[in-house]
Amino acid sequence: MAVMGGTERAAKFRWALIDVVVLVYALVPVLWIVSLSFKTKETLTDKNFIPREWTLQNYVEIFSTNQFLRALLNSVGIALIATVIAVVLGTMAAYAIARLDFPGKRLLVGVSLLIAMFPQVSLVTPLFEMERSLGLFDTWPGLILPYITFALPLAIYTLSAFFREIPWELEKAAKMDGATPAQAFRRVIAPLAAPGVFTTAILVFIFCWNDFLFAISLTSTTSSRTVPAALSFFQGSSQFEDPTGTVSAAAVVITVPIILFVLFFQRRIVAGLTSGAVKG
Amino acid sequence: MAEIVLDKVSKRYPDGALAVSDVDITIADGEFIILVGPSGCGKSTTLNMIAGLEDITGGELRIDGQRVNERAPKDRDIAMVFQSYALYPHMSVRENMAFPLRLAHVDKETVNRKVEEAARILDLGQHLDRKPGNLSGGQRQRVAMGRAIVRDPKAFLMDEPLSNLDAKLRVQMRTSVAKLQRRLGTTTVYVTHDQTEAMTLGDRVVVMRGGVVQQIGSPQSLYEQPVNLFVAGFIGSPSMNFLPATLADGQLRTPLGPVPLTDRIRRLVESSSAPREVIVGLRPEHFEDASLLDEAERSAGGTFTAAVEVMESMGSDKFAYFLVEGETATSAELDELAAESGSAEMTDNGAQIVTRLSAASPIKEGDEAEVWFDPDKLHLFDPKDGRTLTHTG
Repeated sequence: MAVMGGTERAAKFRWALIDVVVLVYALVPVLWIVSLSFKTKETLTDKNFIPREWTLQNYVEIFSTNQFLRALLNSVGIALIATVIAVVLGTMAAYAIARLDFPGKRLLVGVSLLIAMFPQVSLVTPLFEMERSLGLFDTWPGLILPYITFALPLAIYTLSAFFREIPWELEKAAKMDGATPAQAFRRVIAPLAAPGVFTTAILVFIFCWNDFLFAISLTSTTSSRTVPAALSFFQGSSQFEDPTGTVSAAAVVITVPIILFVLFFQRRIVAGLTSGAVKG
Repeated sequence: MAEIVLDKVSKRYPDGALAVSDVDITIADGEFIILVGPSGCGKSTTLNMIAGLEDITGGELRIDGQRVNERAPKDRDIAMVFQSYALYPHMSVRENMAFPLRLAHVDKETVNRKVEEAARILDLGQHLDRKPGNLSGGQRQRVAMGRAIVRDPKAFLMDEPLSNLDAKLRVQMRTSVAKLQRRLGTTTVYVTHDQTEAMTLGDRVVVMRGGVVQQIGSPQSLYEQPVNLFVAGFIGSPSMNFLPATLADGQLRTPLGPVPLTDRIRRLVESSSAPREVIVGLRPEHFEDASLLDEAERSAGGTFTAAVEVMESMGSDKFAYFLVEGETATSAELDELAAESGSAEMTDNGAQIVTRLSAASPIKEGDEAEVWFDPDKLHLFDPKDGRTLTHTG
């Protein structure tokens, strides 16, 4: 027994060690940025992990410039609108794919897979030309549209996996209980698919929020520039000033919504929500 | 309350497969009818067509005299209990049962009253606010029943509602389903693959095979007068014994020895133009330990002697299994039944005979025993198409 306990403890220790290594590997750059954002301009390059002098100056600075606030507004607005549209369309498409047999179903799935695999970089130039001639360049819809296009395959895949998990008999039962197909979907299927919808929403939102390529290529002014693009335009108050502190502060600020988003929706992703529906 | 009429109802899938073929059943108002058959016989498809969950591709379905082929399930006023119960996991028991009433825009007070009443009947009172996930199998089953009865539908459809319960609970629930149906007097169509359920529950039983109705009748009439080999082998447990036989000179040559035809059988055989080669069917209870009978009784029947392979004592009677040497009866129907029960007779050197003997019988496993049987109770079937040659109905 003692030997057993010993090996068990050793195994636990090994796992703990691996966990720590992974955590450190993932978190050190993040913490470094957080640390930079709290440093004063003078101590910025002192190579200390923990700031010797703490300051909120960087945060005050980014929020006092119109540039960052406007970019933040653009980011939130564009990402939210794109997420809502992509999730609504994705829900309908995924439901049809999971539940119905219609001609061209495989083709639809194939095409959406194709879009997901298409290198975005090769689309930047054509999109730029198209949006300019359509008057969409440097507007919110100009970013929302490509985001929806690339988020939809993701949404359809995640959601159709969730829909397949829901027992079809529940829908039949609802129909027998007197529900129209729309009522059956709204009152029985949708509530059960909610965890899937939230998961998908998070993924799509993060995708839109983090995008840099389209954001930098399809915008030219603050009217639609999102935070990742705006960050690259940050500069100090003079050309001799290093903007690292403010960029770090801005990076921390745009990470916060993502963390909140995940924490908030995580509670809704209750495992085993469908337990008890069918036999068990 | 309603009469349900299936008038040559058929189901053909787009790929051409015929799942249900020309089913004619008239289900009387308030009747409890059972659709029974092995898996894939079309019983569930038939039920789904009555429900409206599957399209009817041929024939007409009438409820209360009205054609309902094209009506959506919600417009047929029929409730269904699913094999998996299909309870809504995100709703409490109360909400589950109230769901059909809510959809029908019944006022809140009536909904509450009806749900409480159903809960009382089904003994679910203390579970009303729990989620289905926290209920036992039997409780879930009752919630599913409750959801069906709250709205007083014209008919209940039940798709193997007890098959997910353990054996003991199943027997219990069987009784309560029967009681509930009598009490409510609602027309009920019940699908099962379990012939015991079919025999004990139904006013009438419909035996199906390969999408075709084999026989419709009361449980007793199916048992006593099966129209073909399939029904004979499907109904009854343990099932009927089948042996090949030859009709000649007013007697039957069977692996059990020659059996004289009684007057009743002889008349039936003559009127049905029987072939020479037939299949004999004998139910287990028509055998008896010969040593328990007096001389007069013995001479009225046939006897054979064989070794007891297995003896199962049930307390009230004993099941003795014998191996009778010689050929075994073969026909498409019997092959299908054997495949269904998974007992594709492994005995390659003879036929197994199951007999039900009196508990008083002293016969033990391994004994060479003399067994009596009643030749007037035997059934004869045509091996080619399986039809009965001894039908009196």
